[in-house]
Amino acid sequence: MGSRSSRRIRFCDCRLSTDHCRSLMSSLFAQLLNGLQYGLLLFLISSGLTLVFGVLGIINLAHGSLFMIGAYTAFVVSTKMWGGSLWVALPVAVLGGLVLGAALERGLFRYFTKREHLDQVLLTFALILIFEEGRSILIGNDFHSVSVPARLDFSIPITRGFSYSAYRFAVIGICLVLAAALFLWIERTRTGAVIRAAAEKPEMVDILGLDARRIHMTVFAVGTALAMLAGALAAPLTSVYPNMGDGLLIISFVVVVIGGLGSVSGAFWAALLIGLIDTLGKAYGPAFQGSMLGNIASAFASMSIYALMVVVLLWRPTGLFGRPA
Amino acid sequence: MIDAKPTVSRRRVLAGAAVTVSATALPTRFAIAQAKPLKVGLMLPYSGTFAKLGENITFAVEQLVAEKGGKLGGRDVQFIKLDDESKPEKGPENAERLVKRDAVDVLIGTVHSGVQMGIHKVVRESGTLCIVPNAGAGAVTREQCAKNVFRTSFTNWQPAHGMGLALGKKGVKQAAWITWDYAAGTESGQGFKDGLEKHGGEVVKVLTLKFPETNFQPLLAHVSDLGVDAVGAFFAGGGAVQFVKEYKAAGIKVPLCGSGFLTEGVLGAQGDAAEGIETALHYGDGLDNPKNTAFRKAFFDKTQRDADVYAVQGYDAAQLLAIGLDAVKGNLEDEANLYKAMRSAKFDSPRGAVSLSPSQEVVHNIYLRRAEKGLNKIIGIAAENLADPGTGCKL
Repeated sequence: MGSRSSRRIRFCDCRLSTDHCRSLMSSLFAQLLNGLQYGLLLFLISSGLTLVFGVLGIINLAHGSLFMIGAYTAFVVSTKMWGGSLWVALPVAVLGGLVLGAALERGLFRYFTKREHLDQVLLTFALILIFEEGRSILIGNDFHSVSVPARLDFSIPITRGFSYSAYRFAVIGICLVLAAALFLWIERTRTGAVIRAAAEKPEMVDILGLDARRIHMTVFAVGTALAMLAGALAAPLTSVYPNMGDGLLIISFVVVVIGGLGSVSGAFWAALLIGLIDTLGKAYGPAFQGSMLGNIASAFASMSIYALMVVVLLWRPTGLFGRPA
Repeated sequence: MIDAKPTVSRRRVLAGAAVTVSATALPTRFAIAQAKPLKVGLMLPYSGTFAKLGENITFAVEQLVAEKGGKLGGRDVQFIKLDDESKPEKGPENAERLVKRDAVDVLIGTVHSGVQMGIHKVVRESGTLCIVPNAGAGAVTREQCAKNVFRTSFTNWQPAHGMGLALGKKGVKQAAWITWDYAAGTESGQGFKDGLEKHGGEVVKVLTLKFPETNFQPLLAHVSDLGVDAVGAFFAGGGAVQFVKEYKAAGIKVPLCGSGFLTEGVLGAQGDAAEGIETALHYGDGLDNPKNTAFRKAFFDKTQRDADVYAVQGYDAAQLLAIGLDAVKGNLEDEANLYKAMRSAKFDSPRGAVSLSPSQEVVHNIYLRRAEKGLNKIIGIAAENLADPGTGCKL
């Protein structure tokens, strides 16, 4: 009975059992890793969303579908083409994203930047339907799993009874490198400076005599490529299924709103914050269940990110990193 | 005298036409009442995630009708198919269409439990005979049971109960249960708990995440700290693929088991990660009986697909319907005898001998299976002739 009762203690009390304490700390470490990995993936998706909104002024509801297309690209390439590896699928998703993004901007979005928001919403909503239907016709509606590259198909023990897959570490690494590259591109290059100018003061672009169309196309292409890369990276983690981008789109909007519309570094910190809060809420929220107060706390944990959004909107309506209008 | 023009108003023409139509229609309908084909409505998912399940059920129903020479109870059979898209919000409306507009005699459907509740509401009111070929929502044959509703598939409680019993028999004292936080997951969890407790075990922890999320990592990081002897799970489709793979990747030493849907139809995608996982279900690979052999061969000849548990459930829905209609010679008006024949039906299913419980729910063996090289091999019987408790049903 002694071991049973110590297991029932929910909070770390080292006087009672150092073993128990250690196991709680290491499981907390595992949860932090989970939150970091989830948050970084969220960043890849929401950075494109926030850039497109900042520069083109368009709320792209089809951004989640682009994520879905990236994941299906990974599935098709890694199972059916060129020797079948995710390593081939990732560059294909990036290149495909650049081409698709440029084509979408040139063919559709260019004509909508000056239109009303309702028109833009209808356009991007129509794109969701077209992309999902196209996916259904071309590949079907089945769930598919994408295998982890053979070289990363092992796990690293991080606690006594829990291992973390090497691929998840790789995803964390790739995302961090991309985030750094994106930051340098936006903050340290000429193109980046122009994009920032376009996001903060669109009229500056005209005054300086820059080609707004080219900036728009670049931003949309990069945003699409990031979303598709995120989809391809996530494919082995979440499996591939219809409408898989829908839930992430909503969370990405929360990230963009908290971080500040149009701010890439805002999206980065907000994505990490949301990733951690959501993961910890899911991991430890249910532990409170049982009592009346506990059930309320547990229910609150599952909607904590939306509560955070409300608080941020009340306290800083332009987001954590957004400049006051 | 006024030279009246012989005018015919449009209204009169319509009225005349209506009278003519009804005059000719009424006696004809009366005269051929018995020869009229039996309208069987198939309300199933023909698109979306569950499309393949809907197709397999349909093929199997058609297969049985063909085996009976295209007739049930002496009447020709006319199928009316409706894609329910697995959308619960459209459930009542779609069921109304079949029952009211198409005036089907029988409704066979469906796969998704949420849609089933919509169908159930409609057929409870209309009194249309309804046979459920998959959806396992407990309420249909428990507190909301109805004399015109039968089920040939399972309740969510049944397979998981079999698994709980098998674990308990092995001497497992403490187990955890992981599932999506929705009706099917909760009902399965109850079955698992009830089974385990029968042999003195207990479920010490229930871990849930929202349907249909696949972010399992926060839950898996807990498992080893729980100190349990086994983990039971209910997931299906893509979620099941993902869960089994992540469980393996997390290096958790505690054995994983579950309701059969954890490895049903997804072993190919799960690959090595599923090897050795034990699950319980009313069907499996390597079931050796003549009915099953014949059924699988005929199904493959017709469809070029291997029969699965969904095909079996559809085939049995049609078998049960045939038994009822034979008993009343195709006369659906004779409700009392129709329902009596169906309720007391005992017949050979490809899954083995089955019968019906007082709540009109199928009673069948729950098999214990082990995943081996892409097959859910049957290794024993977890629960013989298991009936759902039918709690709250008064018929």
